[in-house]
Amino acid sequence: MAIEVRIPTILRTFTDGAKAVDAQGASLSALIEDLEGNHPGLKDRLIEDGDLRRFINVYINDEDVRFIGGLEAELSDGDQVVVLPAVAGGAA
Amino acid sequence: MLNLAQATYDAIVAHAKRDHPDEACGVVAGPEGSDRAERVIEMVNAAGSPTFYEFDSGDLLRLYREMDDNDEEPVVIYHSHTATEAYPSRTDIGLASEPNAHYVLVSTRDCFDSEGGNNEGPVEFRSYRIIDGEVIEEEVNVVEQLPPPDPAQSDPARSSL
Repeated sequence: MAIEVRIPTILRTFTDGAKAVDAQGASLSALIEDLEGNHPGLKDRLIEDGDLRRFINVYINDEDVRFIGGLEAELSDGDQVVVLPAVAGGAA
Repeated sequence: MLNLAQATYDAIVAHAKRDHPDEACGVVAGPEGSDRAERVIEMVNAAGSPTFYEFDSGDLLRLYREMDDNDEEPVVIYHSHTATEAYPSRTDIGLASEPNAHYVLVSTRDCFDSEGGNNEGPVEFRSYRIIDGEVIEEEVNVVEQLPPPDPAQSDPARSSL
């Protein structure tokens, strides 16, 4: 039972430089709890006030989780999860 | 220092002028670890705003997959400011998430008159490293063409073809 999670460059300090790690969980929130167990500190970079951070994108099998239930999005064995910080900014 | 081919510089400036008064944004990809800004990829500003830019989340995933498949990384991440100077705002600094990238800012504020007409004023073009909230400006060196890649990094089987 493993789900591959792709880690962006800026968060690889939490994964000893690994580009991808395995984790498990039946939902995205369970997966993040599992990740936190093996890579302490990662959860805080993904979640703020109980929800996904505004400028962190998480995809399950190429679907932005915001459209498929957010933290409650369901996961099953073999799914692929990608984490990408938003590329954003501006004068404001 | 950021080394840029003239054609790459021109493409970024043209994109910024075309999207004015909204902010333009994009990346210049290059081989991983090479620091060579080779391939301009214009992105849509999903915010469609004169004061904010954001890559669409689906576009972002496709972009990173494509770069991953090509063993590329974002060597440059660029965007324009259309009414202020080409210096990272607090938002830019807070959201910068590619410690290896050169953050290029272009200001088009002097290129247009108040009616939006092109007045041929200069474009401000500057580059920065943004790491852990710290901004370090760097020189932009525009050359006719980038020098050939370091032979130690190229594939000898291909170079003879």
